[in-house]
Amino acid sequence: MAVRVQQADFDIGAEIAALCGADAGIGAIASFIGLVRDVNNGDAVTGMTLEHYPGMTERALAGIVAEAKKRWDIADALVIHRVGELKPLDQIVLVVVTGAHRGAAFAACEFIMDYLKTQAPFWKKEQTAQGARWVEARSDDELAAERWNKD
Amino acid sequence: MSIRILYFARLREDMGIAGEMFELPAEASDVKGLRAQLVARGGASAAALGQGKAVRVSVNQDLARDDTPVKAGDEIAFFPPVTGG
Repeated sequence: MAVRVQQADFDIGAEIAALCGADAGIGAIASFIGLVRDVNNGDAVTGMTLEHYPGMTERALAGIVAEAKKRWDIADALVIHRVGELKPLDQIVLVVVTGAHRGAAFAACEFIMDYLKTQAPFWKKEQTAQGARWVEARSDDELAAERWNKD
Repeated sequence: MSIRILYFARLREDMGIAGEMFELPAEASDVKGLRAQLVARGGASAAALGQGKAVRVSVNQDLARDDTPVKAGDEIAFFPPVTGG
C-alpha cells in the first residue's frame, strides 16, 4: 500500500509494474486516472492550482486505502495525487488496485476514488477568462461516497 | 490554553493568514466552541467562519465534528469542502 502526493507527473505503466512486481497471484488490475478538463460549469478553464494540507492529506489517503483493504480481498493499492500548477489534459490522480479477481479490484478502486473526492484535503482553484475561482464541492460526489455506507 | 490554527484554500484567502496561535478560553472545549470564539472576533473571522459558511474542521489532522474536543497543543484546521480528484 502506498500513497504519494507530488508535483511531478506519473507513468501508469511504470507504477503498475512496480506495484505488481513478480506476484503471479495477481489476476486483476483496476485503475483510474483523473485528468484536468478544459471546461467547468460552462466556462473555459486554462489551468488550475491544486492545494493540499501536508500531513493530513497523506494520512487521509492512507486511511481510505486501509479501509478499502478491510472491505475487499485485494492484494495491493496505490494512490498518487498531484498538487501545484496543472493545465488541461494533465493527469491529476491515479488509483491502482490489484487482486486475484476483478470484482474486488473494480469495487475497491471506485470506493477509493469516491472517498478521496469527499474526504482527502485537496482544493482546486481554476483559472478562467473571468479570473481565478475556487472550485465548489459537488453534491453528487457526496452521494457517490455515501452509497458505500448502505447495507 | 494555546492551540495552533491553520486555514486552507478559500478560508486562507478570506482570513488573510495561513495560520495563527490562539488562546482558547476554558469554556470553549470543543470545535463548536472554538469556532464561536473566532467568529466573535468579528472582521475577517466572522465573514469567513460565520453561520451558513460551508466550513470543514480537522483536529490533529483527523476530520472533526462540532462536538470533537479541543485541548491545549492541538492543531486545528479550518477549510472549505474538499475538491480533489
